[in-house]
Amino acid sequence: MIPSDLRYTKEHEWVRVDGDVATVGITQHAADQLGDIVFVELPEPGRLLTQFATFGVVESVKAVSDLFAPVAGEVLEGNASLLATPEVVNSDPYGAGWMLRIRLSDPGQLEQLLDAAAYEALTAEG
Amino acid sequence: MSVTGPKLQPTLFELSGTGRAAGRRIPAPPADALDRLPAAARRAVPPALPEVDEASLVRHYVNLSQLNWGVDTGFYPLGSCTMKYNPKVNEWAARLPGFAALHPLAPDETAQGTLEMLWELERDLAEISGMDAVTLQPAAGAQGELTGMLVVRAYHRARRDLERTDVLIPDSAHGTNPATASMAGFRTVNIPSAPDGGVDLEAFRAALGSHTAAIMITNPSTLGLFERRIVELLELVHAAGALAYMDGANLNAILGRFRPGEAGFDVMHFNVHKTFSTPHGGGGPGAGPVGVRGPLIPFLPAPRVLREPGGTFRLERPGERPASIGRMRGHVGNVGILLRAWAYIRAHGADGLREVSDDAVLAANYLRGRLEADGAFEVPYPGPCAHEFIASGAGLKRATGVRTLDVAKRLIDKGYHPPTIYFPHTVDEAMLIEPTETERLETLDAFADALLEIAREAHETPELVTSAPHSAPVRRLDEATAARQPNLRWRPENRAELPRPG
Amino acid sequence: MVYGPHTPDDRSRMLAALGISSVDELFEVIPPAVRAGAIDLPPGLTELELMARLRTLAGHNRVDLASFLGAGVYRHHLPPVVDQILLRGEFYTAYTPYQPEISQGTLQTIYEYQSLLAELTGLDVVSASHYDGATATAEAALMTCRATRRERVLVSRGVHPQARQTLETYFAGPNFVFDEVPLATEGPDAGTTDLAALARLLDDPERPVAGVVAAQPNVLGLLEPMGEIGRLAHAAGALFVAAVEPVSLAVLAPPAAYEADIAAGEGQPLGIPPQYGGPYLGILACRDSLVRQIPGRLIGMTSDADGRRAYVMTMRAREQDIRREKAASNICTNQALCALAAAVYVAALGPGGLRDVAATGAARAAELAAALADAGAPRLHPGPYLNEFAVRVPDAISVHRRLLHRGILAGIPLAELEPGDPSLTDGLLVCATETTTPEEIELFAWALRDELSAQAGVPVAGIGEGIR
Repeated sequence: MIPSDLRYTKEHEWVRVDGDVATVGITQHAADQLGDIVFVELPEPGRLLTQFATFGVVESVKAVSDLFAPVAGEVLEGNASLLATPEVVNSDPYGAGWMLRIRLSDPGQLEQLLDAAAYEALTAEG
Repeated sequence: MSVTGPKLQPTLFELSGTGRAAGRRIPAPPADALDRLPAAARRAVPPALPEVDEASLVRHYVNLSQLNWGVDTGFYPLGSCTMKYNPKVNEWAARLPGFAALHPLAPDETAQGTLEMLWELERDLAEISGMDAVTLQPAAGAQGELTGMLVVRAYHRARRDLERTDVLIPDSAHGTNPATASMAGFRTVNIPSAPDGGVDLEAFRAALGSHTAAIMITNPSTLGLFERRIVELLELVHAAGALAYMDGANLNAILGRFRPGEAGFDVMHFNVHKTFSTPHGGGGPGAGPVGVRGPLIPFLPAPRVLREPGGTFRLERPGERPASIGRMRGHVGNVGILLRAWAYIRAHGADGLREVSDDAVLAANYLRGRLEADGAFEVPYPGPCAHEFIASGAGLKRATGVRTLDVAKRLIDKGYHPPTIYFPHTVDEAMLIEPTETERLETLDAFADALLEIAREAHETPELVTSAPHSAPVRRLDEATAARQPNLRWRPENRAELPRPG
Repeated sequence: MVYGPHTPDDRSRMLAALGISSVDELFEVIPPAVRAGAIDLPPGLTELELMARLRTLAGHNRVDLASFLGAGVYRHHLPPVVDQILLRGEFYTAYTPYQPEISQGTLQTIYEYQSLLAELTGLDVVSASHYDGATATAEAALMTCRATRRERVLVSRGVHPQARQTLETYFAGPNFVFDEVPLATEGPDAGTTDLAALARLLDDPERPVAGVVAAQPNVLGLLEPMGEIGRLAHAAGALFVAAVEPVSLAVLAPPAAYEADIAAGEGQPLGIPPQYGGPYLGILACRDSLVRQIPGRLIGMTSDADGRRAYVMTMRAREQDIRREKAASNICTNQALCALAAAVYVAALGPGGLRDVAATGAARAAELAAALADAGAPRLHPGPYLNEFAVRVPDAISVHRRLLHRGILAGIPLAELEPGDPSLTDGLLVCATETTTPEEIELFAWALRDELSAQAGVPVAGIGEGIR
């Protein structure tokens, strides 16, 4: 069940927008592929990200994956609870498993992302 | 036979007791021995090291050893690792006091035996590989790779060819290859494999250019296949002004049949703990000598072992070869390991080594044939393989949900160490199987029988397979918690957290 | 075949099963143009002949000398129990413990090794070991660059020259730079890191320093002001790497005590014979907060499906097979059997035993220093040392040779340890351990006195040679 109110990247990140603040995470599909997540490396607040650039790394027991920014902006905060309980990314990737909050610099970039149906189609093929 | 029976052991710290005197190893020093040291430099609190009597210590380690699986225990068909028998005469040799007690900074004239052995080993490996010179310095295969790539870097820089930033690496390569390229300051360009398992020549040609420093190829490949297009590949590489590096991990397949230097490779590394029988030690130590063709000799690490006209041996002096990339590690190499490799080569001679590869390749093909005939596991690259082959559990997973991981764990119950799994990454649900030349035919057949039996179990009683192993000293481990909340050292609190065994 | 079981009959049966008549058919894939020619090796030897040849070669090495040679590799009493355990086939013929259920032996012994070194260094994270002390030191320096995102490291000339050379090689790829911090040349601190020079090197806003590396004891055997070096490093935002000798950690303040962030060292003195250079043991340890930066394997404690305590290789996603070109290091091994040797050695000695080894070495070294001074070769430096020190010997290289012919391995001439430094032509670096006997000390002192007075009595031409 893909949340319909989010936008998605081809690299399996999701973004939720509230005003000019974007919240970013990875999808259930990505979390399932990775397996038990053990560590998430996130950027410091204040860092400026460009769209689709890597902003961090997610590690599972047997794999590692880069994280790509769905939108450009300034990092406001990373989800500090992931340090102690990274497994919440597996159990609640769209809620408590959020990773990053960014101040959006260009809301127009959202148009370039996939909607729920398009992302659903992408993962069905894969 | 599988690894069962003996109980797990508490840690040394839990066996410790004050006054359990580890034994009177040396006479007591004078009480004031350390008084001349300033208090600020001295340790305020003694280290909390365990005090265990020798008998308990021995039981601790003997019981722990019995929780392990070695080549001495049974079949170990780990693809790309070459788990062949480790000859015991080599263990005797390494322990001869003349070899073991020699200090690495002792003057050359006191080290003539070891220097002669090292010089001969350099020549033996050069001869086996068709290279012009060999360094024995690298401490491991991966360090050999780094050595080779730093030599490549030095070569191009010496020719003022500073735009060569890329290294081309097949996507089936061992992870050390791209990691090495990064450490040597290069960018990795991944080259896809063609459907027949070899390098995709068109993709390769497209990626090759004036920015290419080198290609790193494992031959035979990690799929257990000799690179059929090797001649074209090498010609293309050299035409582009780049160098060809061969990862020699799979040398056990080609001894006496293919000499990389002779064929056109410029540089390669050897894994003596694979091809030349030095023991794996539970994860090391090994050694990774590197062979090069003539133009690269000036860049080899220093010091090299030299032979004087009068027949004596010496180490190169500092500054004697200024183009050298320098030192990769302390001293001249993992000499104790290299000695074992020297002895192995001496015991075989050229004919013996060729026979090693003949038997290794024959055994692998026989085992491949057994699995191909049955069909429970796919063999994605049918037809002759080198000394190892890939089988896939993808079909089994689709039909039963049982994965290669589960099959591997169930093999433990059948009395076998599992083969390499999920490598190379280019094959789904991969199993890389390398029997080596030192296994009896009965063992090969019994192993095939066991694998096929597990395939049947996957259909009939999948739970048995997915919850395996049942007969190992421990069941499957919680690796997620181990990575999330790492416990990397003993603390007294651990006693309460996780039950003490026994 | 030499070590394999196949009979001609076995081979026939395998060939028949494959439907081929000769194993050559399996090699047809090799293009004819690149098939191997004849390989020229001596013919295979029988076991009897091999052992005879090995005895002959071993006999050409001189291991009977009265040795005072250290410089990073030390002769210690090796309790035979260590080798007995290393000879268990389940340990030495096992592979890397990728299948933890049947590798608990290896895994637990390495976890115990990590724990023992954590006790000795005071740093909680100890890797399953690196290749040797020199590469561990180089990787420690690289860690400081990764952790601070800076590109410049300062290395004291008190750090072993081989470690410094290895660091230089490892810095080439990533294009990092390092500067050497000189040693003080006079005063009570002569031979130790020049703190004023260190402060100056740290004070460069254009080129911030990632890490400072110093050794304890240093290569000249002297005790360094590690606390002050660390303070200077941290004040400049750099990390502090201590290159340490493990036996000394039984009696000297450990890295944690002087706030080192990372410790690196050569573990050979812990139960591993000299073997002319290896295999040895790279000790690498760090504070908890740097755990993600440390290269190499890590063994962790966990539980199995039934709640049993068990051990497993952990935090694997840092390693090369997963991270590939993004891995911190390409290392794909640890010196597992050497780490086992070190653990058994430390356990066999116990805390009192290890302390006694260090203290006895110190006592013997003091006796040696007194005897050599008496013989006309005083110490070169005034500061405190543990069991190794440099003495003044004019034209040390020639004296060393002549002592060799008298059956004495008189340490190593400083000029050979640090070539290219003209101030070092008149020094010998010598050490003593618990294996050094009073008779050996007496022999060395007597022979040295003899050589020095012969040197003094030599006519003008000889004195000219000494000044060269």
